[in-house]
Amino acid sequence: MKRLNSLDDLRALQAELAARGEPEVPTIVIPAGTCGQASGADEIVRVMRQAIESDSLEGKARLRVTGCHGFCQMEPSVLVEPEGTFYPRVTPETAARIVKAAARGEAAEDLLFVDPSTGLPIRYQNEIPFFSRQVRSILSRNEKIDPLSIESYIENDGYAPLLTVLEKKNPRWVVDEVKASGLRGRGGAGFSTGLKWEMLADQPNGTGRFLVCNADEGDPGAYMDRSVLEGNPHSIIEGMVIGARGTGSTQGIIYVRNEYPLAIKHLTSAVEQARELGLLGENILGTGLSFDIDLVHGAGAFVCGEETALIRSIEGKMGEPRQRPPFPIQKGIGGKPTAINNVETWANIPLIIGKGAPDFEKVGTKGSSGTKIFSLVGKIRNTGLVEVPMGITIEEIIYGIGGGPSGDAGIKAVQTGGPSGGCIPVERFDLPVDYDSLSEAGSIMGSGGMIVMDEKTCMVDVAKYFMNFLKDESCGKCYTCRKGTQRMHEILEDISGGKGTLEQLDLLEELSGVVKDTTMCGLGQTAPNPVLSTLRYFRDEYLEHIENRRCPAAVCKDLIVYSINDNCTGCRACVKACPQDAITGEKKSRHTIDGAKCIKCGACRSACRFEAVEVV
Amino acid sequence: MIQKTKHGLSQTNGSLIAMLEEIQAEDGYLSEEALRSVAERTGRSLVDVYGVATFYRSFSLKPRGRHLICACLGTACHVRGAPGIVEELERCLGVKAGETTSDGEFTLETVNCLGACALGPIIVVDGRYFSNVDQAGVKDIVAKLHAGSEQVKETLVS
Repeated sequence: MKRLNSLDDLRALQAELAARGEPEVPTIVIPAGTCGQASGADEIVRVMRQAIESDSLEGKARLRVTGCHGFCQMEPSVLVEPEGTFYPRVTPETAARIVKAAARGEAAEDLLFVDPSTGLPIRYQNEIPFFSRQVRSILSRNEKIDPLSIESYIENDGYAPLLTVLEKKNPRWVVDEVKASGLRGRGGAGFSTGLKWEMLADQPNGTGRFLVCNADEGDPGAYMDRSVLEGNPHSIIEGMVIGARGTGSTQGIIYVRNEYPLAIKHLTSAVEQARELGLLGENILGTGLSFDIDLVHGAGAFVCGEETALIRSIEGKMGEPRQRPPFPIQKGIGGKPTAINNVETWANIPLIIGKGAPDFEKVGTKGSSGTKIFSLVGKIRNTGLVEVPMGITIEEIIYGIGGGPSGDAGIKAVQTGGPSGGCIPVERFDLPVDYDSLSEAGSIMGSGGMIVMDEKTCMVDVAKYFMNFLKDESCGKCYTCRKGTQRMHEILEDISGGKGTLEQLDLLEELSGVVKDTTMCGLGQTAPNPVLSTLRYFRDEYLEHIENRRCPAAVCKDLIVYSINDNCTGCRACVKACPQDAITGEKKSRHTIDGAKCIKCGACRSACRFEAVEVV
Repeated sequence: MIQKTKHGLSQTNGSLIAMLEEIQAEDGYLSEEALRSVAERTGRSLVDVYGVATFYRSFSLKPRGRHLICACLGTACHVRGAPGIVEELERCLGVKAGETTSDGEFTLETVNCLGACALGPIIVVDGRYFSNVDQAGVKDIVAKLHAGSEQVKETLVS
């Protein structure tokens, strides 16, 4: 591809691509992010390609392989453009039929999405409740763009915002625009992005400045950033070049976690293509702006999401946080001023410039503008990524978009903000989702994980899970974090093991305060949140474990007993599944479980087809 | 890992993690010999190199098996029964998480989150994802691994 040497060169390329235009044939869009691929999207692509070739449908239908669209529950799914027909759970058997129908401009009626509440099929994606209630300004771009092609990105208005920025004489215009948009950091803390950039731009000039994209999405249960990195890597690069113009930065780094191989592949390709085209490197588009981006791989440490730890990791050291001030904006990588923003924050930048700060600010609430992507997972019917305007209620997200619980058990809470966040009970689902409301409720916005919990989820177990995670991920620098999280985990183990006392519960609360107040970085300061929020809203569950030695959700192993009820047909499936030989009984008669041998692994329960295995 | 260090970053510092990742990709783990040679080449003390190698979760100082089985323990997988999946894997393989079978065939590891939360519980075998795994599924996958990994590949898209 020819290198672009001036703004006119880029304008000419835009015009050339626009003139080439999209041929007006039905396009079958196949989301093939990591989860799409894990669900079999690659095979769907292969079958569809074959169908187009063998039935000579070239010119009548074509394929576009993209990143994730968000409705993970229904993957592998496909979308037929231009009309927007949506097909859920496509199989290699149905794939060819969909291609043929699309080529005829029809829909394969029997394969359409069926609305579970009405039992009626819905043809168009934008009429399916999961999609229709969202505002998908970032995620919808994933549908249009082939992540491995910079041309595809430019065709879809990509790098046009950069052009706008470079046309302005005054670089400060960028900072002012981002400030005016009200954009707050999507990584969780919610600091004003424009303000951060202004501080960076105001640093004494000299040896260079760094911009960092924090793509170390370490919160378990959150994968919004992965979908943007995989599906639209150029939006990050463009955001960073725009940021470089506004702040006078010379070097960018994308710190991406090693657990995301596909994201790394797409980012690497995107950076190379941008460099080749002259959108990264020396003297970008002849404007005198020089900025390049390196990829740095994380190596699996949750604490590296913390800014100062991340900087050390980039420097090739152990990712231990350090005391602030000096803040990274003053002294970051190699002692140089550094601004770190999260993936979703960067992806918002081209949108803000593209539509203008006033339009961006119209979406959302006064203190929290724009949209936010959440990963809606756990015990929810419609699992997936949802992008909503800030200020929408939790109820709307969970019942309106998410479709309510996945099983028979009712929803009792949602966990937001990962290990630093907390659980919000169903009674408070009328809360608007914005930085301040969630924090007032004892949780945090965080990066956007929303893990839905139902009556079969034990809140003591959840708190124990997070504390186990945090004690493993504590870097160990602060004594109170290192030891405090260990002791808190031990107390939670005692409670879930039926050995807890009321005094321990008091100690747990006391320790929470100590860890919160006496640790240096965000990991330690927020570590007690999962405990404090479950204690605040679900204290009765703790008390039930302590006083009655009972786990109401039937999760904590030491407090439950497996038994077989009258539904048993004597099919022996459980006998075969049991690793302990704990189940006995004649064929075709009711079996029994030997409690002394049973290790409560649940193998019998998952093997049973008659709901005959009970847990109490 | 610094792929192309162009500006500002010190070569020896910035590339240490990258060097370790490369060695691990080749050898499967980081041997004492490898750590000593990295220390020599970068001019950093052995304790520094050892510190980095043990700080990050993705490095292993013990040899790993021919097949790597990795179970996700993210929150979404957890509430959908991941602990039971890990226990089943431990029973089927006869090792604890983090260990390798005595014949050097399998290493069982856990990971905090793979970011494919809609499909949980998830296990990854040699880079291949298995979604919505239950205990019976674990038995099946392990049995097929014993019979040869080719069969596992075939079951993936089903």
